[in-house]
Amino acid sequence: MIYREAGQFKTSYAADQAIFPILQDRVLVTLGILVAFLVPPLIADEYWLQAVLIPLAIYALAAIGLNLLTGYAGQVSLGTGGFMAVGAYAAFKLTTSFPGLNILVVFVLAGLMAAAVGLVFGIPSLRIKGFYLAVATLAAQFFLIWLFNKVAWFTNYASSGTITAPPRTIFGVMTTGPLATAPVRYVVALGVLAVFALVAKNLVRGRMGRSWMAIRDRDIAAEIIGVRPLRTKLLAFAVSSFYCGVAGAEYVFLYLGSAETLAFDIALSFLVLFMVIIGGLGSILGSFLGAAFIVLVPIFLTNAPHHLGLVMPVALQKQIELMVFGALIIFFLIVEPHGLARLWQIAKEKLRLWPFPH
Amino acid sequence: MRIRVLLGLAIAALLLGPLAIAGSAQTPGGAAHTKDAFIPLLVYRTGPYAPSGIPIANGFVDYFTLINERDGGINGIKVAWEECETQYDTKQGVECYERLKGKSALLVNPYSTGITYQLIPKAPVDKVVVFSMGYGMSAASDGRWFPWVFNFPTNYWSQASAVIRYISQQEGGLEKLKGKKIAHIYHNSPYGKEANSTLEDLAKKYQFELTLLAVDHPGQEQKSTWLQIRRLNPDWIFMSGWGVMNQVAVKEAAAIGFKMDHFIGNWWSASDADVIPAGEAAKGYKGATFHAPGIGYKVHTEVIKHVYDKGKGAGKKEEVGSPLYNRGIVNAMLAAEAIRTAAVKYPKQALNAEQVRWGFENLNLTDKRLDELGMKGFTHPVKVSCEDHEGGGPVLIQQWDGKKWSVVSDWVAVMREVVRPKIEAAAVEEGKKLGYTQRDCAKEK
Repeated sequence: MIYREAGQFKTSYAADQAIFPILQDRVLVTLGILVAFLVPPLIADEYWLQAVLIPLAIYALAAIGLNLLTGYAGQVSLGTGGFMAVGAYAAFKLTTSFPGLNILVVFVLAGLMAAAVGLVFGIPSLRIKGFYLAVATLAAQFFLIWLFNKVAWFTNYASSGTITAPPRTIFGVMTTGPLATAPVRYVVALGVLAVFALVAKNLVRGRMGRSWMAIRDRDIAAEIIGVRPLRTKLLAFAVSSFYCGVAGAEYVFLYLGSAETLAFDIALSFLVLFMVIIGGLGSILGSFLGAAFIVLVPIFLTNAPHHLGLVMPVALQKQIELMVFGALIIFFLIVEPHGLARLWQIAKEKLRLWPFPH
Repeated sequence: MRIRVLLGLAIAALLLGPLAIAGSAQTPGGAAHTKDAFIPLLVYRTGPYAPSGIPIANGFVDYFTLINERDGGINGIKVAWEECETQYDTKQGVECYERLKGKSALLVNPYSTGITYQLIPKAPVDKVVVFSMGYGMSAASDGRWFPWVFNFPTNYWSQASAVIRYISQQEGGLEKLKGKKIAHIYHNSPYGKEANSTLEDLAKKYQFELTLLAVDHPGQEQKSTWLQIRRLNPDWIFMSGWGVMNQVAVKEAAAIGFKMDHFIGNWWSASDADVIPAGEAAKGYKGATFHAPGIGYKVHTEVIKHVYDKGKGAGKKEEVGSPLYNRGIVNAMLAAEAIRTAAVKYPKQALNAEQVRWGFENLNLTDKRLDELGMKGFTHPVKVSCEDHEGGGPVLIQQWDGKKWSVVSDWVAVMREVVRPKIEAAAVEEGKKLGYTQRDCAKEK
């Protein structure tokens, strides 16, 4: 009744091609973005910003990146952690070499560096597909982590091999380093996420996204209608790695503060892949939902027994958390193999008919 | 169709549930702690490092239970604590820290070098003492740059120098080190790499041949490392390992027939869990420590009497006295004594973190006090100062005889003349990275 597009007439091509053609969607998304920007910095305490919302924004960006590659272009990648590490280490080297450079510029440059590396590791994708490609990207993951661990130049010869985010400001406001407050870091992470999510949404609606999907659905057919496979696949690797690189730089600069290579190990690659799969392959919204599921549910499960008044040893609690979390993932994948984004789509269809379904 | 609706509701509940909890978390929950000394314990009782994490956590909790049960707290201040599971994972550790610091935490024991590195920049901002006993960042030993971080009684660099001194004693003098081949096998992480720079400096000074061999996390696969050892045939091996890496290394050393009494682990590489899996072959393996192993001290009888006999023990009675359990005891004791120092200076009030920091900085643990605590000979006296948050205490070498650990050396002095200038130089470098300035200790007296 409320959610209905009847009466909304499109009178121009621009209106017809808008990202959100339905008025209600536009209002909802605008409200959502406003709430995300305004409410948490004002009411959330530091625990919520630091331990939940900042990682959520960063993981969502990485998940969008991987979704472009795996969900839209159909190229399976297990190298996300490695590409994020490239972004993190590139940002560290850039900002320590050029301390005057705006940290946002550093993030973008770090993303470009990751894109270049992604391009190189994307080359085998022309010849190998599916599981074999996954193994090739796995090599990228292990090689990159080994490289950053082995070559001390990347850490500026720190004896511990740890990179630490130095204090940097944006327009005079402390953004990174120990003195940057959580609300500032949250707003920066969210701002970057909002901009790049919008870019991604437009990319996948345009020529580039359509050629990715053509390659994903059947590469031979795509080649025959004029999509160049090498260029398209490499572009997907580059754009995806760019997103992961920016996310990796934020991971160290806005979230952890300092990191060692272990923070970017294979577990991170799997985590982001699970976000994409649970959220929904080939959906920008799915990347957000997947990241929210993977970040929020364990924290909810950790805190729930305490708030229910149940007292149990921490070890037991952790084991239960892992079991419940695993069971939930399996449950969702059985009930809705297309991910959380598909559930949202179904809900929207139902809402259009409500309250008079056929 | 109905299942879809249910599913939608389930997701909504899962996503909104945490927000509801956030709302309730806003209400002041720390009120119960205002009179107690609240100490968050980051533990790892699950995951790949659990065999090492469980005894430390048990030792810690048992000592605090002992203080509360026997003495009614530290000078009347009851100790309150809450455990949080980190699985030795940095991200989970940070989550734990953020969750627990809001309950007016006085100090935090990160129990992991990786987590310590995360917490060091946060400590002065949040005003929480970071007590990384014998681990963490060695450079933080300079209290002028890192007022909120303490790593007494001894840090990794001092430990490495003491082990080299012990080796020289076995060889018959420091000059005999010349030309000897010493290998350092280390966990490829900030923790494992800590000792490298000190060993390199010492190698230059005493002209021994040093080989650095990294083992990647988690350390189950070490064939190539031990192939290199076989080729190199070093005179001594020093190891900075952790978790499963240690027992694999001990087994591999036995497999290539390396002289076990020339194989020395650092204090995180010499517990029961590291040697028992290797069986007979582990006999003779040595480890560094800053406290004695075993249950032969008065403090253990007290723990058994006041904690275990009342059914309040955190672990099994048989496990009291293992090296890592004893480390937990020492860690808890040092923290408690620092709080006591603060409580003497600021009597009859609830302590805040600033005051506890003062207590840590002015801790003077004498032999007499150790005797009162039932720990004479168990560990050594510690004196902390504004400049020196490490103390540079001596190191013991313990040896595994197939059944138990026993001490085989006197207290080995660290090479302070080598280590302290390195700490001061590194503190300037690390401090500047974080935008710190040096404080003037003369003004604080």
